[in-house]
Amino acid sequence: MKLAISTRGQDVNAPVDLHFGRTRFFRIVDFETGAETLLNNARAANAPQGAGIQTAQTLARLGVQAVLTGGVGPNAWRILQAARIQVFSVRGGSVGQALQSFREGLLRPLTEKQVTYF
Amino acid sequence: MNLVIASGKGGTGKTTVATSLAVTLARHGQTVAYVDCDVETPNGHLFLKPMVTRERPVEKLVPRVNQETCLLCGLCAAVCRFNAIACLPDQTLVYEELCHGCGGCTRVCPVGAITEAPHPVGVVKVGAAGAIQFVSGTLNVGESTSPPVIRATRQAAPAADWTILDAPPGTACPMMEAVRGSDYVVLVTEPTPFGLHDLRLALEVVKTFDLPCGVVVNRAQPGATEARDLCRQARVRILAEIPDAVAIAKEYSRGQLVVETVPGLREIFDQLCLRLLEEVPKEKCPHEMRQRLEAAIRASSQSPATGPPAAGDPFSTPRLAAPRQREEPTRAASAS
Repeated sequence: MKLAISTRGQDVNAPVDLHFGRTRFFRIVDFETGAETLLNNARAANAPQGAGIQTAQTLARLGVQAVLTGGVGPNAWRILQAARIQVFSVRGGSVGQALQSFREGLLRPLTEKQVTYF
Repeated sequence: MNLVIASGKGGTGKTTVATSLAVTLARHGQTVAYVDCDVETPNGHLFLKPMVTRERPVEKLVPRVNQETCLLCGLCAAVCRFNAIACLPDQTLVYEELCHGCGGCTRVCPVGAITEAPHPVGVVKVGAAGAIQFVSGTLNVGESTSPPVIRATRQAAPAADWTILDAPPGTACPMMEAVRGSDYVVLVTEPTPFGLHDLRLALEVVKTFDLPCGVVVNRAQPGATEARDLCRQARVRILAEIPDAVAIAKEYSRGQLVVETVPGLREIFDQLCLRLLEEVPKEKCPHEMRQRLEAAIRASSQSPATGPPAAGDPFSTPRLAAPRQREEPTRAASAS
């Protein structure tokens, strides 16, 4: 399974970016191989509109199955749903801490009701 | 004569000026079309209280993807600058409300899986408020681009001596869509740091379109000279100053046309009409129309019974400002 974590920095100690669509990077963890890679999301982050759509599309095409981020809007949600990608909401902390919480099963997947424009 | 009433900052009084000016011109026998181009928050109808007789939907063309023939190659999503189309591993999704209708995706699709279909983005209402022709556009909730609705609203305006376009605030695409192709721009400002800052931006926009323009200072306060200094520097004439008065705010909040209910404003708007006649391009304003308006204003000022009483008039600003403004157009003309 591939997990993507939105982040403002390039290493594990960098903070999680709570904005899904305009996050600068994603740390992508592949649980099968144990590989961790960094995805540069600059193009979507600087998009005039539809940043969440472009970001969600990128993750879907990469075959990501779960995302750790602050929250997502309805446009991105539509793609994430269609691509069967689960979203887990975190309130802050580092990428490492978020990953730890996820591994321990402390995070709950986002539901439709929690998806808002703001 | 296409006259657009714009501003940089919102809430400076565009609609107050546009509606009162429309009523003033109509009262003096001119044919007037009021066109509300502020399609995200049209409010001219609150003051003019028109009878709407026709409503027409505005549509834009958006892509329809045939999922059967789509190769999922992603070229359509890659070409879309507005991220209105997303290509997933098993389907292609369209976000109609984000689409600008450019047709790029249709062209790049290698197998012709994308066709274009109309999508409603707003409505244009046409009617009349007394002698004034009334047109107003409204953008549908959730739609991201107003220029197509502004364009349709402008196109729906009937021919008139004066077409008064009430522009959206700001200095971005919607405002430019209203200003583009007009004959003269009236910029309404207020003497606050935000008002003047945005007036500077608006003046730059008008300059790029190479259009003549003048300024109306709303909520003018005696002794506040920043707006005048700014206009002098920019070589733009101040056409009128509307005083900062609680009476005006009260009438506005009740949906009244201030020119009809607040004493002293009739004179200010008559003066504004005369200034506009001096300022607007001669070729857009036939000599006969000009003479007719001048004569009507002169006649009405000689019969005080037709207007609110001048006695007890709390405003002295219009008459105070008049002589000093006289010299500015000459200076502007010789300098340019």
